[in-house]
Amino acid sequence: MSHEVVLQADVAGVHGTAHHEEHHHKQSFITKYVFSQDHKIIGKQFLITGIIWAILGGFMSVLFRLQLGFPDTTFPWLETVLGKWGKGGHIAQEAYYSLTTIHGTVMVFFVLTGGLSGTFANFLIPLQIGARDMASPLMNMLSYWFFLLASVVLLSSFFLETGPFSGGWTAYPPLSALGQASDGSKQGMDMWLTALVFFVVSQLLGGLNYISTVLNMRTKGMSMTRMPLSVWGVFLQAVLGVLSFPVLFAGFILLIFDRHFGTSFYLSDIFVAGQILPHEGGNAILYQHLFWFLGHPEVYIVILPAMGLVSEVMSTNARKPIFGYSAMVMSMFAIVILAFLVWAHHMFVTGLNPFLGSVFVLLTLLIAVPSAIKVFNWLTTLWRGNIRFTTGMLFAIGFVSLFISGGLTGIYLGNSAIDIHIHDTYFVIAHFHLVMGVAAFFGMFCGVYHWFPKMFGRFMNSTLGNIHFWVTLIGAYLIFWPMHYEGFAGMPRRYYDYSGWESFKQFISLNKFISIVVIITFTGQFLFVFNFFYSIFKGRKVTNKNPWQSNTLEWTTPIKPLHGNWPGEIPEVYRWPYDYGKDGVDFIPQTTPVGEDESVH
Amino acid sequence: MFITVLAIILILIVIFQIAKASEYVSVLKGEDRAFKQNNKINGALMIAFLILGLIGVFWCNHELYPKTLFPQGSSSVEGENVDKLLKITILLTGIVFFATQILLFWFSYKYQYKEEKKIHFFSHSSKLELIWTAIPTIVLAILIVYGLRSWFLFTGDAPKNAIQIEVTGHQFGWTFRYPGKDGVFGKKYFKDINATNELGLIWKDSAELSQKADPATFDDIIMGGTVYLIKDKPVRFIINSQDVIHDVGLPQFRMKMDAVPGTPTTLWFTPKYTTEEMKKRTGNPNFVYELSCDQLCGVGHWSMRAVINVVTQAEYDAFMAKQKPAYYSAFPAKDPDNIKAAAAVSDSSKPVKVASPADTTKK
Ligand code: HEM
Ligand SMILES: [Cu+2]
Ligand SMILES: [Cu+2]
Repeated sequence: MSHEVVLQADVAGVHGTAHHEEHHHKQSFITKYVFSQDHKIIGKQFLITGIIWAILGGFMSVLFRLQLGFPDTTFPWLETVLGKWGKGGHIAQEAYYSLTTIHGTVMVFFVLTGGLSGTFANFLIPLQIGARDMASPLMNMLSYWFFLLASVVLLSSFFLETGPFSGGWTAYPPLSALGQASDGSKQGMDMWLTALVFFVVSQLLGGLNYISTVLNMRTKGMSMTRMPLSVWGVFLQAVLGVLSFPVLFAGFILLIFDRHFGTSFYLSDIFVAGQILPHEGGNAILYQHLFWFLGHPEVYIVILPAMGLVSEVMSTNARKPIFGYSAMVMSMFAIVILAFLVWAHHMFVTGLNPFLGSVFVLLTLLIAVPSAIKVFNWLTTLWRGNIRFTTGMLFAIGFVSLFISGGLTGIYLGNSAIDIHIHDTYFVIAHFHLVMGVAAFFGMFCGVYHWFPKMFGRFMNSTLGNIHFWVTLIGAYLIFWPMHYEGFAGMPRRYYDYSGWESFKQFISLNKFISIVVIITFTGQFLFVFNFFYSIFKGRKVTNKNPWQSNTLEWTTPIKPLHGNWPGEIPEVYRWPYDYGKDGVDFIPQTTPVGEDESVH
Repeated sequence: MFITVLAIILILIVIFQIAKASEYVSVLKGEDRAFKQNNKINGALMIAFLILGLIGVFWCNHELYPKTLFPQGSSSVEGENVDKLLKITILLTGIVFFATQILLFWFSYKYQYKEEKKIHFFSHSSKLELIWTAIPTIVLAILIVYGLRSWFLFTGDAPKNAIQIEVTGHQFGWTFRYPGKDGVFGKKYFKDINATNELGLIWKDSAELSQKADPATFDDIIMGGTVYLIKDKPVRFIINSQDVIHDVGLPQFRMKMDAVPGTPTTLWFTPKYTTEEMKKRTGNPNFVYELSCDQLCGVGHWSMRAVINVVTQAEYDAFMAKQKPAYYSAFPAKDPDNIKAAAAVSDSSKPVKVASPADTTKK
């Protein structure tokens, strides 16, 4: 805890409760909103950066879906907007591959990792465990600034003559190692690697901080088993990240050596662009092992925080305890452990040793068990509840639906004998967009709508929120559900044009339909964007400290908490956070001591 | 374009205004009443979404199933296992899908907020949790057993009588090599690649690369664009890449394998139907088996196509009889046909023995 924080808390404590702003010690705009060390401000910085990235990443997908849906139509405005990338009113091949690559990178890393866990780990951990700030506010601030630096570097690569990297978000060498193999693998790849190295640094700084804060700074009475599931979610994702990002980092370093210093870690026997390269003895598959050793945990880094937020919001709005708290925590633990043991299921058809493959099949299908347990527990939480459809709750329900739909298809892909047919087809696209892409977005929306009053002291407009929810849920299913069928036809992913293929051209009309829905759904997201920024300044004011009648600690802070969170003493905790409807009482905050005649659960 | 954007912005503004108005109305009406009304609407939408969604799932299946590969079945004997396993998986996951989605939206509807309602304080139940740990585990065990049996078949050794074909990927196309009449693929080395020797076969002695010509290369046959397979005869692909990672994707045969520079991989299967038969079976006169690259390999990835022509043994033999080893195209002077022709011109008395066409196909 920083010195400054302690001081400030004392100040607020001495002067009592009302009008905190006046007693806040002097801070310039710069230290308060820009180089802030307050976890709440840093959380908001992550969130707003994430939203901007999401809009950019989403717009990229609109552009490349335009090509997929309308390969024969010319859009003259594309040339106006994109220059040589839109020559003749078509997205150029190079542009198509750069856009898909950067879309993937941005969505997975910058939006769903940086934007999601960065926002909620920062915002919620201290507030929900009863701490004044993170263990190291300085490291926390640096974590954001490295993230922003990574963002700036990646964005700048759009202005290179040779374009941004275009070899897929997974960046497999040799394609990513050899400038001769693709224009995007020239300076674009250097910038991509630089950006991601900064990003890893940001994740490590943030992750170590989240872990040490959760382990050391809980308030009195807040045992680990009394933590809200939202804290468990971000805590365990940090553990995953801290253990796996360094491996990715190592993979990247070897790649940088292969690119610039003549080593042959990943390169062997290559004749490219009319040139014989000297490399011998390297192994291209090694990179994939290193990449997926992070890559698979990464998908859980994305989804665990979402699971936590959804559990918390669902219990609050069903006015009922989360079902099977300890099973929820245990299954998250199981996911964390198994997530490290399944990476090669992305590599079944790389020539992997078949026996090794079979071990990975076994472990992969095992990971479906904790996922299933979580779904059943959410369903039981709803059962015989008293459900309030706040916008946050709607997104929580939507999350479960999408997670089921996308999780079940993991069982197809995890079985190598099926994967050999549908690997790298649109089936995979459907799987991971439902289970990770859209579901994690839903977790994020759920969290933003629910905690917006705590963040900004105002509500978001709920009518807009409801429309946003239904448009997005319906849109997501219309876009991704039919893609399973394209996968069953073996239609490969990452193709620029299918019209020359006898085996796949029957889907041209479907592709057009999907692209139209993409445009509508993307437009619908502006309902959220408007709502978000408008409500920060003009939303309906929160008048009650605890607008959702929730049990967790963040709702015991003032409506607009200062740096330090609680004006006086940090409250003490006496119970778990899910006493909703216990003994006929609607809700019992964690700060309420256990009564004498209270039943034990 | 401009008009469209304008229209979209207008629609958004209208929605925005309505939403703001509804907020004012709710303040006037009393927040409590507005909340209850809103809750009812969302509850109804939950059940509407469920019903329309279920109809949508069936309709989507009705429209798109014929476009998948299921109706035509697998074109390889081994691939039938994939379809069988897929069907079992669809059945089992389908049951779970419908059960959980129906419960989710139905519960949301049924247990929507009502004043004075007492919830059921139900925080855990070891029995239930045990049941739903056990059921998925059992279901998954079944799928694993089925799956691994097929997996070991696919990745196991090819039958002895399999024909061998080397497949080489490069940006952005495929090259196929048959071992020729000796049945042996001659050695190759990537540093031997040049304009006339696209696979880098070791045709010549070279002190620089310290290598000796491999006579087994002299009869190897190289083809680009189209590869010929025999109906009912297993084929084994030995897969290479010259530059970046590619992938041999064979959707109709339900098979797939990466092409990795420096590390050869293999893949085998038994074609069941000739291309001609498939034209009849699918009712599509333009039907072809296509080999698609399934691993992103650069900007031309999407066009990296080859055709697979499955023919009968007799057609195959006739076709192969017409093929010339690549060595002779690179060194026309060594081609027995040319030598014979030259000899005939110079009226030499020593005829050169020419391999009979049938010999070239013997493995
Ligand atoms: C329920 C258990 C799950 C299983 C058994 C499973 C299995 C798989 C398998 C085997 C693949 C590789 C498919 C291929 O490339 O051929 C895959 C891809 C993927 N999965 Fe899952 N998955 C599960 C859940 C999840 C979850 C929860 C997430 C994310 C939150 C996720 C995200 C992804 C992503 C992002 C990819 C694609 C990566 C790429 O190739 O670009 N999966 N999954
Ligand atoms: Cu994975
Ligand atoms: Cu390719």
